[in-house]
Amino acid sequence: MIERRRPVLTYIVLTVFLLLVITPFVWMILGSLKTQGELLRTPPTWWPEQPTLDNFRRLFERPFGRYFTNSAVVAVVVTAGNLVLSSMFGYALAHLRFPGKRILFGIVLACLMIPGLVTFIPQYVLVVNMGLANTIPALILPFLVQPFSVFLMRQFFLGIPRELLEAGRIDGVGEIAIFFRIYLPLAGPAFATLGILTFLGSWNNFLWPLVVSSSESTYTLPVALALISTGQNETDYGLLLAGATLIVLPILVVFLFFQRHFIQGIATTGIK
Amino acid sequence: MTSSTAPAPASASAPARRRSRRGGAEARAGLLLALPFVVLFLVFTAWPVLQSMIMSFTDMRISDIRSPFAVNFVGLQNYLTAFEDPVFRRAALNTAVFVLLGVPLTIIAGLAAAIALDKGVGKLRAVFRVGFYTPVITSIVAVAVVWRFLLQPENGLVNTVLGWVGIDGLHWLGDQRTALLSLVIMAVWRNFGTSMVIFLAGLQAVDRQLHEAAALDGANAWQRFRSITVPSIRPTLLFVLVTTSIGYLQFFEEPFVMTNGGPLNSTISASMYTYSQFGFGNYGVAGAMAYLTFLVIAIVTLVQFRLMREK
Repeated sequence: MIERRRPVLTYIVLTVFLLLVITPFVWMILGSLKTQGELLRTPPTWWPEQPTLDNFRRLFERPFGRYFTNSAVVAVVVTAGNLVLSSMFGYALAHLRFPGKRILFGIVLACLMIPGLVTFIPQYVLVVNMGLANTIPALILPFLVQPFSVFLMRQFFLGIPRELLEAGRIDGVGEIAIFFRIYLPLAGPAFATLGILTFLGSWNNFLWPLVVSSSESTYTLPVALALISTGQNETDYGLLLAGATLIVLPILVVFLFFQRHFIQGIATTGIK
Repeated sequence: MTSSTAPAPASASAPARRRSRRGGAEARAGLLLALPFVVLFLVFTAWPVLQSMIMSFTDMRISDIRSPFAVNFVGLQNYLTAFEDPVFRRAALNTAVFVLLGVPLTIIAGLAAAIALDKGVGKLRAVFRVGFYTPVITSIVAVAVVWRFLLQPENGLVNTVLGWVGIDGLHWLGDQRTALLSLVIMAVWRNFGTSMVIFLAGLQAVDRQLHEAAALDGANAWQRFRSITVPSIRPTLLFVLVTTSIGYLQFFEEPFVMTNGGPLNSTISASMYTYSQFGFGNYGVAGAMAYLTFLVIAIVTLVQFRLMREK
């Protein structure tokens, strides 16, 4: 009797919480389709009375297409850079002997927990002196290599047997070719996890783009949205909700398709 | 076969020579593969970490940006300035409250969700897991905008729903007493999915037979949770505790978008105030504030490791 009643209660509680958790997203999307007048109404309406894309039209009258491209370019390049450069270094740390290896890994590990708050001012000074302030490369360079990425790839390559390396040597494959031809093709699962985490981190990144971008040509989506939301006296929620939808919806769609990879990626990095 | 036949005296040193030649090739390959990462890392991360510390002991300002080495050392003056600044003290207090409320709530919500899903809720388990995890993947700036809309005093959804059950709505973000609490609630909503997923993985380590045996001996659910589940997931608990604390100690986007630090500095965070000092051009002071946050992160992490390991 008790055993049968308990799952029902669990279901009810979980369902209530699920509704609470996803309501903000539903409210965001519905709100982005409402007219300005309907958004100001008290009490608020649930379903848009005259669904309209006018908020999105107004959004793209500002250069939001540009911001979207900036966000996408930065995220793609940062992700590619982390996959390639961290797998190279991670493999070397896992399987090769070379001078300075211990000390280099030590420095990387020491920086694993250092927050962006500590580094952003010297990074800004550096970028200004390189003549790169307010450029797309400035958004990319400090994130192209990240301690966490190399840590993850090293752990992954440690799990792939050394025998493959020995066999490659016996077959006369060059040292570099052993990495690119034998080990790299096996890195798919690690690439999926690292790729998702890096892309998300870059797409949602805020502090550094806020510091280094100073004009519409380099704003990313979160920076543009934050500046609009804090810049006005009269808050234009139609525009803001459309902007939030533009940032969240593409990630949401990809997530729903590949949710297993997302969630397992987080779980495996969590347990180690 | 024929090429490998070598004269007797040379054969003794050949393997050694081959090994050292291979060692040379291995070292060269290792350095070559490490080089691009290491160069970028030293220039854009390791050196800025060091420079930031040096900067925090100098009078560097925005006017020194072209000659960052032509500055004067001022000892601990920037740190004293930070401690004497009432706004920074308020920011530190707000950050402490945010962490002390947010971290336990995030862990409790995540653990409760994980345990509920772990009990086996059948096919719907995947649906709940995806739903609870969804806020984690979203941009904090975007969801902060949405939450500001939800929390509007006149026609926000939260006050509307409270009105249905006869509760007078609050001016959530405009009232000193509720503004920071509102940010904490949003942060818990945004982040508990991460801890849930990690706890779900950690709960695999719990021995179900032990649970059944304890239940037969008359232990109730709470006793079993305390004496079996918690000890089994201690490493996971530590990991979630440390990573959540590190994240919350740096909270920035939430007040930036939702309250701009107000009303009356009641939601300004240490990160946000550091950023505004940078905006004013006080690089030395901002550097000192950033290092103070980092110091607190390091201490909190160490203490948590100690506490969790001893038991």
